[in-house]
Amino acid sequence: MELTTVWFTLIAVLWMGYFALEGFDFGVGMLLPVLAKNDTERRVLINTIGPVWDGNEVWVLVAGGATFAAFPEWYATLFSGFYLPLLLILVALIVRGLAFEYRAKRDDDQWRARWDLAIIVGSVVPALLWGVAFANILRGVPIDADMEYVGGFFNLLNPYALLGGVMTLLLFLTHGAMFISLKTDGRIRGAARDLAFKAGLAAAVVAVAFLTWTQVMTGSPASAVAFVVAALALVAALVAIRMGREGWAFLGTFVTIAVGVGGLFLALFPDVMPTSLADGVGLTTTNAAATAYTLKIMTVVALVFTPIVLAYQGWTYWVFRKRIAVHHIPASVAPATSTGP
Amino acid sequence: MDVTDIARWQFAITTVYHFLFVPITIGLSAMVAGYETAWVRTRNPRWLRLTKFFGKLFLINFAIGVVTGIVQEFQFGMNWSDYSRFVGDIFGAPLAVEGLLAFFLESTFLGLWIFGWERLSPRLHAACVWLVHIGTVFSAYFILAANSWMQNPVGFRFNPETGRAEMTDFAAVLLNKVQLVTFPHVMLSAYLTGAAFVIGVAFWHLRSSRTDEDRDLYRAAVRTGAVVALVAGLGVAVSGDVQGKIMTEVQPMKMAAAEALYETESSAGFSILTIGTLDGSEEKFSIKIPKLLSFLATGSTSGEVEGINQLRERYIQTYGQDPGASYYSTGDYVPNVPLSYWSFRLMIGLGMAGAAIAGWILIATRGGRVPRGRTILYAAIALPFLPLFANSFGWIFTEVGRQPWVVFGLLTTENGVSPTVSTGEALTSLAVLTLLYGLLAVIEVRLMLTYIGRGADPVPDHDLHHGPDLDDHDRPLAVAY
Repeated sequence: MELTTVWFTLIAVLWMGYFALEGFDFGVGMLLPVLAKNDTERRVLINTIGPVWDGNEVWVLVAGGATFAAFPEWYATLFSGFYLPLLLILVALIVRGLAFEYRAKRDDDQWRARWDLAIIVGSVVPALLWGVAFANILRGVPIDADMEYVGGFFNLLNPYALLGGVMTLLLFLTHGAMFISLKTDGRIRGAARDLAFKAGLAAAVVAVAFLTWTQVMTGSPASAVAFVVAALALVAALVAIRMGREGWAFLGTFVTIAVGVGGLFLALFPDVMPTSLADGVGLTTTNAAATAYTLKIMTVVALVFTPIVLAYQGWTYWVFRKRIAVHHIPASVAPATSTGP
Repeated sequence: MDVTDIARWQFAITTVYHFLFVPITIGLSAMVAGYETAWVRTRNPRWLRLTKFFGKLFLINFAIGVVTGIVQEFQFGMNWSDYSRFVGDIFGAPLAVEGLLAFFLESTFLGLWIFGWERLSPRLHAACVWLVHIGTVFSAYFILAANSWMQNPVGFRFNPETGRAEMTDFAAVLLNKVQLVTFPHVMLSAYLTGAAFVIGVAFWHLRSSRTDEDRDLYRAAVRTGAVVALVAGLGVAVSGDVQGKIMTEVQPMKMAAAEALYETESSAGFSILTIGTLDGSEEKFSIKIPKLLSFLATGSTSGEVEGINQLRERYIQTYGQDPGASYYSTGDYVPNVPLSYWSFRLMIGLGMAGAAIAGWILIATRGGRVPRGRTILYAAIALPFLPLFANSFGWIFTEVGRQPWVVFGLLTTENGVSPTVSTGEALTSLAVLTLLYGLLAVIEVRLMLTYIGRGADPVPDHDLHHGPDLDDHDRPLAVAY
């Protein structure tokens, strides 16, 4: 396999990992106002992802860095082109990340309510916009002969892309509900099961529509296989959650998202950012790539360190495997007011 | 303001802001790791109290460092796409390695450390915070290697066909001579910053301690902090001195700008303060230490230091008035002299003042003393801010002094900016991020002051014997968001 293909695959894997992992913590964030009836229940939800959300988020940072190293042109065109949506995502990730850390640091209802809002908005916005962004990449955007994006902001808001955004939103919501049913106990667990099934049905309808559209538009046989596997995994997840098999159900949505995203990359290959302009130059794994020397170095680094990262991240999930219920939540010991020394 | 100015302001604001939290994260993670190791080894409860107290403050600081770091990862592509295209083959590699080696390590083991008090054995728990610290060290190494390449490009060739720099030697990039001295300088200043934070906080509490137990606790923090600050401060000075010589060699204009030295001089003096016109036409008043600049720049008191005017001519000969190639600069190659001059002085002055106060406090607290004077209290309260702002001025100096280049000798800042990002878009992100960061600063500082004010909590008996507690399924979590 050519090194550029190896790196296209690795970047696809990073995004698959990112969406399959942070997807559920976006889902947990979105479900805060839906599944929790009081502050203790909200804390149950937040604490299911407490030790892991930050590690999940690193996947996107590494995806960004790897794109910069392996496909500098892709990195440059994508992030300067999708400027405002990316800014929105960054702001969302900033307030959301801070909310997890700061929310419990003060015993004050208004303080907590504001951070809750930050968690909810900070989860909904990226869940929607990542889908919009990827759909636009697949659809092709105006890229001129200098490989520069010349489409502006509103070009990104088309029906196909919006459908992609709704799909990621619903899939992450379902994935989050599956995770909550797996990681909590008591009332929330049951409520999460019911919601996971309903949200999963809606996600299935939208996902089939979007993936079919994608397949017809730009698909390959390989992407078709991936999309079918993703769809079957979603059906299996829905059956499993109905039967109360939460672990299998969560695995199902995990596979749905990971393989579905993998399918999108297969549909994209060998392009990385096709152009919609007749006289434009689209970005491909070849013309956007770094030199063979850089790719070779990066390959060695990735081969050595990725298994280590996977091992210790997996270990974290093992350490925090216990379900969390309302009675596990300690009373707040945080100060109520902001009196400094 | 054109898009380049806006993008530069945004990069300056977001990076200086981000780097207020980074050195505290690096330095404080080491201090906390040291305290927890002391707890595991001696079982003296004071070390556990210090671990938990400074651990909390560390987390308040770390959170904002992490979220502002996300912007850094994407900002190159957003605002500096032509720069990214030009350097991606080289600059992207350390950035990607930083993510894979450092960010995963930091975030994963921090989660384990925060929530793992009752899930991990004491040794393993202490190992987690060490791994977080090691993550910050890796992170610093790779991002500084990337920056050092911008100061002194090595291990590459320019490909005229693609108009890009291409990596030819990764080891040369990682072992760049600028990097080899910048990394210790930045790391040591981070230790100085973290230790200064510990001293300031603990000294304030030491003065108001009512029990012997508390006095013993905060004295231990003050004294360990002061030792680290002194050793690190000395290291910062030594590494900074070597750095000055290398800078004179690879970026002579930066050194000349740092001194506002317009004409080449032998046995040049170091100006502590110059009042007059900074364009060199008139000097009204100045305090100089004879021969010190020559010594700093060349290692010899009689060495010749080139002035801005001579260097301008030399740069024009090397890089051309207007060679026509888009990757070369046009211009007079002189950075903003007043900004370089003052940021250089403030960096040195604030850093040295920080180390000096740490030394003073170390002496003043010897043999169980608790100094009672007002001056030393004010000095201790000011102390955490001194290295913190010294760091900021150091970076402002390093980056401003490189101008007009973004990659020295290869690409000008103006040619690195994203050509398709509109003024409106750039202004939007500048405004949004500046307002957001301002708001977060207010929240963070208030929270930090609240938690500093609370002091170190007494530790419950249960915690003194902490260890894996997996069988007890119904106990509340020891730590929860």
